[in-house]
Amino acid sequence: MSDPDISTSATMDPAQPGGETTTRRMILNMGPQHPSTHGVLRILLELDGETITKAEPDIGYLHTGIEKQAEALNWQQVVTLTDRMDYLANLSNNLAYALPVEKLLQIEIPDKAQWLRVLLVELTRINSHLVWLGTHALDLGAMTVFFYCFREREDLLRIFEMFSGQRLMTSYIRIGGLALEPPRGWQQVVKKFNDALPSNIDEYEDLLNTNPIFLNRVKGVGYLPLEKLLALSVTGPMIRAAGLKWDIRKSEPYSSYEKFDFDIPVYQEGDVWARYRVRMEEMRQSQRIVKQALEGMPEGSWKADAPKVVLPDREKMKTQMEALIYHFKIVTEGFRVPAGEAFVPTESPRGEIGFFCVSDGTAKPLRVFMRTPSFANLQALSPLFEGNLVANSVAALGSLDFMLGDVDR
Amino acid sequence: MLPEPLQSLPVPAALEAWDPQAIVDGSLELGETLLWVAPEKIVAVCQELRDNLGFERICGVTAIDRYPMEPRFEVVYFVHSISRNIRLKLKVALPGADPAVSSVTPVWAGANWYEREAFDLFGIRFEGHPNLKRIMMPEGWEGHPLRRDFPTHVHKYSYQNE
Repeated sequence: MSDPDISTSATMDPAQPGGETTTRRMILNMGPQHPSTHGVLRILLELDGETITKAEPDIGYLHTGIEKQAEALNWQQVVTLTDRMDYLANLSNNLAYALPVEKLLQIEIPDKAQWLRVLLVELTRINSHLVWLGTHALDLGAMTVFFYCFREREDLLRIFEMFSGQRLMTSYIRIGGLALEPPRGWQQVVKKFNDALPSNIDEYEDLLNTNPIFLNRVKGVGYLPLEKLLALSVTGPMIRAAGLKWDIRKSEPYSSYEKFDFDIPVYQEGDVWARYRVRMEEMRQSQRIVKQALEGMPEGSWKADAPKVVLPDREKMKTQMEALIYHFKIVTEGFRVPAGEAFVPTESPRGEIGFFCVSDGTAKPLRVFMRTPSFANLQALSPLFEGNLVANSVAALGSLDFMLGDVDR
Repeated sequence: MLPEPLQSLPVPAALEAWDPQAIVDGSLELGETLLWVAPEKIVAVCQELRDNLGFERICGVTAIDRYPMEPRFEVVYFVHSISRNIRLKLKVALPGADPAVSSVTPVWAGANWYEREAFDLFGIRFEGHPNLKRIMMPEGWEGHPLRRDFPTHVHKYSYQNE
């Protein structure tokens, strides 16, 4: 970025009439391949020396038309698309999609399935925050944290693989419950990971909290006031770091979150440092939720009793006529969802995610609007950048924690 | 006139009292409040919601294409009051020919990109929007992909020099 020959396409203001000095505003392309953008985000920066005077994000490089594709698939198949939006929080996306469709279908999800969902979504939150922490620290020059975070993330991916057979594109939370029966011995594996997590988080904090280089680069950087964030529809850790105690898991509980005891971390500073603290604290709270879910896991079924929606057991399918018919119907044409529309907001690692599902009574959605947190949060990029130094922009960008697949869909 | 179940809810009742012409219709289904707003009143309604009824933020803006029905488009606004913990869906019906509605970006800056997205993917114009240009698709793209009459698979596009 510092070498103007390589990366700039420059346009300059004409020399000021009558004066000896001339101002040169430089237009600089940050991205789409800039490493700190973590994806394909292009930001057009207008620079006055080292200061950014204007920043305009250019998105759409990852636009794959997921909302359009969803209209061509049947309801259950759309679950696989949701994995591919925010590929670090796929289970949160699966859940956010399953909830409105279940609301339209009006099916009851058994307690065990709900608790397993909570457990998996919280593990996803830890996973997402670990990747964020690793890459954010890496952007700011602290390389070791990245390796530590990915060490724990590997354990998490193994857990996801154990449950669903997939490390990343899990599609494990389905309409009507879960995709498969939880594997044998999952409790021990999750417990082992979960018990080790607090000391691991301490370890990351040891590396960063007293590190003067890190502190200088995050404290007081990237400040945005709460009113501005609210007006820009920013959600999630960003807004909690600016002093608003608002978490959808508490204010509009879904999937039995009301039965869990956890705190909402809030910091008042509204800078990159506060966002870091909020996310670290959220990992601890997620650890608490996972612990409660492990200890209090209710007995019961992992899928709803809705034969027209949920695939029957293999055993039943081979022995009972009706089960075979339902199986055939669900697999060949999908299930019909009553006409109507539903929107259920949920709290993903990045903020508010909600799917607005509109059905016309057929087996395919009429419209699925995906209200993704990254898209809205990225609107805060211009105010974060403008008036600040180029060197600080990388820290501010990392603190947004957006996922380009989630932005472009 | 508000339908029966909505009259007892505070926000629809307050809007009805504020301007009886603004809310055309409404419903309460699956616990979600939906209000149909007269298209020319949408900005005034949003202003009232933000200034006097505590709706600090807009959660999103999108559209639904009911092709081939008329009015073809529904623009949906998800507004949210954190302080009162109330969510509201506002809808505006627009015709298939040259759909246009006033922009609510001056009310909530967060609507900016959502309106650009709806403009890009549905071809709905938001009048008074500060920067209404394509956001997802490339500049030279023809058509609006999320319209129901836009085919899913047959398109080819070669990127021009931008």
